[in-house]
Amino acid sequence: MASLKVYGKPYSANVTRVLTTLAEKNVDDYQIVPIDLLTGGNKTPEYLKLQPFGQIPAFQDGDFTLYESRAIARYISDKYEGQGTALSGKTEREKALVNQWLEVESQNYNPCAGKIVFECVFAQILEGRATNEAVVKEQLEKLGKILDVYEAQLTHHKYLAGDFFSLADLAHIPVTNNLINVAKKGELFSSRKHLNAWWEDISSRPSWQKVLQIIQAGQQQQ
Amino acid sequence: MKVYGMPYSTCTVRVLTTLAEKDEEGYEIVPIDLQVGAHKSPEFLKLQPFGAIPVLQDGNLTLFESRAIARYIAEKFEGKGTALFGKTVEERALVNQWLEVESHSFNPLIEPLVVQLVFAPMRGKEPVESVVKDHTYRLEKLLDIYEAHLSENKYLAGDFFSLADLSHIPYTFYLINVAKKGAAFTSRKHVNAWWEDISSRPAWKKVAAL
Repeated sequence: MASLKVYGKPYSANVTRVLTTLAEKNVDDYQIVPIDLLTGGNKTPEYLKLQPFGQIPAFQDGDFTLYESRAIARYISDKYEGQGTALSGKTEREKALVNQWLEVESQNYNPCAGKIVFECVFAQILEGRATNEAVVKEQLEKLGKILDVYEAQLTHHKYLAGDFFSLADLAHIPVTNNLINVAKKGELFSSRKHLNAWWEDISSRPSWQKVLQIIQAGQQQQ
Repeated sequence: MKVYGMPYSTCTVRVLTTLAEKDEEGYEIVPIDLQVGAHKSPEFLKLQPFGAIPVLQDGNLTLFESRAIARYIAEKFEGKGTALFGKTVEERALVNQWLEVESHSFNPLIEPLVVQLVFAPMRGKEPVESVVKDHTYRLEKLLDIYEAHLSENKYLAGDFFSLADLSHIPYTFYLINVAKKGAAFTSRKHVNAWWEDISSRPAWKKVAAL
């Protein structure tokens, strides 16, 4: 029995953020424990003991329980520091820039992109209602301005925190996949040269390709 | 070190409080007056391309996003002042967990409330009642979870004060002490005790006096 457990399902961007981090650190020995939001698996007393906010993912390493995908990713990056890809930068300065772009992802990118994906993809499934096009339009405009800043940054740097791939880039992958490939808003990226090159690069990493297979396998089971 | 921002700005205050907790006074505040749009000037956008405060300059490092700046300060001054990330790998992970809860669950509910109840009136606008009502309701539900957690833990990450607790202070202060709409906090016994504790820390009191 693997001592590492990820609670959730691979259709969730927050879950795949954790799975991608595990893959980057060459950690294979973990178990996915499915938690089905549609049947309220996240609201059972047992699950709420692990994650009192009723969200996925939750994570266990032996009897240590952790939640919030970015905190879990940091923990994995710290615990497996010596193996796989270095994800947090090497110097104090590099670490600071990784943290800066992780915050940009959290505070600027994710709220906009997440709302677009939710309206276009999940509103029907999870709330039984049609897409609110006004919200999508507003968020697309906001996101466009944010991505202009990314384009400028990526014109001068191969990755967000500098010339090295980091957790800051990784954190963007799952929602961006949903945005481009599921919500079909790829024009946001294809119209910005350096942003597009960055996306092509980070989404072709073996770790993400592996997680895509896990997502596809999960879809076949449903 | 320079902190570009304003002492009345919640996110600038997050940085100043972290500096105070680390007993670090070797910095200068460079005011960026939002009222005159200084945060959108070409010079400022070179420092912070999203046009937001605060920004930290330390030698040739320019850093933005208050929570990233706070982490940098906590690491740089690790040996002095308050330990802000706990002592072990697991304690650190729990601090990170509650920092994420603050970012993704707490902040999106309290920030619009403070905007409506404090900043909008400052600009001569009426609060939008539906926003206030909806966010207050959701904040109350969130604080029920905090209440349960804080009935078993003195602070968010365990029995030690950390950056996770600190990160909650600025907006909570604005809601309770400036807007005077803190019932969601003060009506919950353990949340209230936690707030009383963290808001009476010398570092906070020093920054709040600015």
